[in-house]
Amino acid sequence: MDLLDNLAIGFQTSLSLANLGYAFLGALLGTLVGVLPGLGPIATIAMLLPSMYTLEPTSALIMLAGIFYGAQYGGSTTAILINVPGEASTVVTALDGYQMARQGRAGVALATAALGSFFAGTVGTLVVAAFAPPLATLAFEFGAPEYFALMFLGLVGAIVLASGPFAKALSMVVLGLLLGQINTDAITAVPRFSFGVPELMDGIHFVIIAMGVFSFGEIIANLDRPAEHREVFVRSVTGLWPGRRDFREASPAAARGTLLGCVLGVLPGAGPILASFASYSLEKKLSKHPERFGKGAIAGVAGPESANNAGAQTAFIPMLTLGIPTSAVMALMIGAMTLMGIQPGPQVMTSNPALFWGLITSMWVGNLMLVILNLPLIGIWVKLLTVPYRFLFPAIMAFCAIGVYSLSNNTFDVYCAAAFAVIGYLFHRLGLEPAPLLLGFILGPMMEENLRRSLLMARGDWSIFIARPIAAAMIAAAVVLMAAIALPAIRKKREEVFVEKEE
Amino acid sequence: MRTRQFRPRPLSERAESLANWQNTPFILSKPDALRGVMKIRNQKDFASGILLAVAGVSFAIGATNYGFGDSARPGPGYFPFGLGVILAVLGLVILRGAFARGSGDGEAIGAIPWRPLIGVVGALVFFGYFLPRLGFLISFPATIVITSAGGAEFRWKDALANALVLTLLSYAIFIHGLELNIPLWPA
Repeated sequence: MDLLDNLAIGFQTSLSLANLGYAFLGALLGTLVGVLPGLGPIATIAMLLPSMYTLEPTSALIMLAGIFYGAQYGGSTTAILINVPGEASTVVTALDGYQMARQGRAGVALATAALGSFFAGTVGTLVVAAFAPPLATLAFEFGAPEYFALMFLGLVGAIVLASGPFAKALSMVVLGLLLGQINTDAITAVPRFSFGVPELMDGIHFVIIAMGVFSFGEIIANLDRPAEHREVFVRSVTGLWPGRRDFREASPAAARGTLLGCVLGVLPGAGPILASFASYSLEKKLSKHPERFGKGAIAGVAGPESANNAGAQTAFIPMLTLGIPTSAVMALMIGAMTLMGIQPGPQVMTSNPALFWGLITSMWVGNLMLVILNLPLIGIWVKLLTVPYRFLFPAIMAFCAIGVYSLSNNTFDVYCAAAFAVIGYLFHRLGLEPAPLLLGFILGPMMEENLRRSLLMARGDWSIFIARPIAAAMIAAAVVLMAAIALPAIRKKREEVFVEKEE
Repeated sequence: MRTRQFRPRPLSERAESLANWQNTPFILSKPDALRGVMKIRNQKDFASGILLAVAGVSFAIGATNYGFGDSARPGPGYFPFGLGVILAVLGLVILRGAFARGSGDGEAIGAIPWRPLIGVVGALVFFGYFLPRLGFLISFPATIVITSAGGAEFRWKDALANALVLTLLSYAIFIHGLELNIPLWPA
């Protein structure tokens, strides 16, 4: 069995003492940032990247992956305990999870979320292990037009799932693509939009934009709000283990959620978010007691939690096999690989099997750790939420400042980050969502290169994108997606979903 | 064919409509429509539209400095020029939407929060300028105090304590632990 051999290689890497340590550290840090409001995985990964140069690439990626799903998990903890979803994908969990907590069943809700996520994570890991190799083989057939079409599809996905008006999200992607044009042209070596500033000739580092827009801009926006007094309803959590009836209701929901998550997670855009929303509506439709949803139905926690975790796993498939990010977090992971001298793409699996399989198996290890780690630590997370923001934000700022400086030991980067702090706050104020911008920024240079190569190949004939079947299929999918959000019925549904989300 | 019957309106009604002649739709339809066109119904969209359009036009103009090439041999200006034009058009679409009826809540953009803005941006600029000159051990705690001052709940005692703890912690993690190359003392 190839699969078993591969998994064995993986476990040799991921179960080494050092890598177990990094997976643990990542899961712990991820949970921490998921619990703390206003600090998400994007800001955290951006903050930590500069200090990871010294780590071995495999260990660094294992730790980053740990942060990614740790944050998903931490987000659901706060969603259940205080009705504050730490992450966009845990918004749905708050609907029924928080109601369960109010009924004194916080422990059961947390355990359901943990066990559901673990189950979904296990299945998701197997799916990634089974489907990544054939997809990577297929990826070798990809030429410039296919890559361009896929990235186009990814950007359209990001737009469809962004909140707010279509034109604004699309503009943010285009603005991101344009910011990515501040560099030296890869083909002709002409410096573009650098105004003679040598630092700009290499382009702006994506960490600077991520940090400026997501951390600093967010801090300014938070400080501008009147100090909110977060009420912690649940001070102690008892009775973790779900009863037999809970199990009977939660298990099928978790299984269906996992399936949905595995399928939807691969889609470019924001897979886990879509998966959790889809699972919630599915469970509500299938339930014999739909009226209990929103009032503490356990299936409403188990389904979406499993779906979002399974989606978080399979979101790694396009990144691992094609080197193409499907979300801003994945884009940061790709950036991390490039920083460490690994060119992401289908060749990673053959040229660096220990890293490839180590990363996949570490996802499972990380999920196991999340269960072991989080159930006993819930009390600590509850306490953490009582730390006043006036101590928290200077700490976030301080660590970010060190991170930006040490990117290349250059103060120009710090000034750049200050500029993006202002821009990020402006975005926030004007209701422009920054996540599509970051995705566009990362994909910009890759997209341009593949577009120009395709056009060179086709001697300027744009029809090359529909003449090749794989490219045509992806362009068609993108067009269908765009048309779909233009349709009134789906548009209304989408608005409803985001209205719920903003609460 | 139906015959039309003439029924005179009651006198009181006719007097009323005469007295309220200004409100008849015929007379005021034009200024009303004009007001509908000129009114900014969504300040956020108005500002975003202008900003994005300006950004798009600037990038497109900037791109003309680099060879455009043609579709068969796209030059370095090809992609950014196209994108700049697309962004400018999108900006105009958003701008137009800001005047449309029912375009959102019409929520005002509101005042600029100078205190947090100056606190955060000022702290970053301070850090960038003074780190190479004064070194980490002086500029870092000062940066934290400046940042803290951006919050409305600023208290000297808390900020200084926070600065002390964070400096020690960062020293342990970044300089001692990760051995990052950061100047410690004034140069």
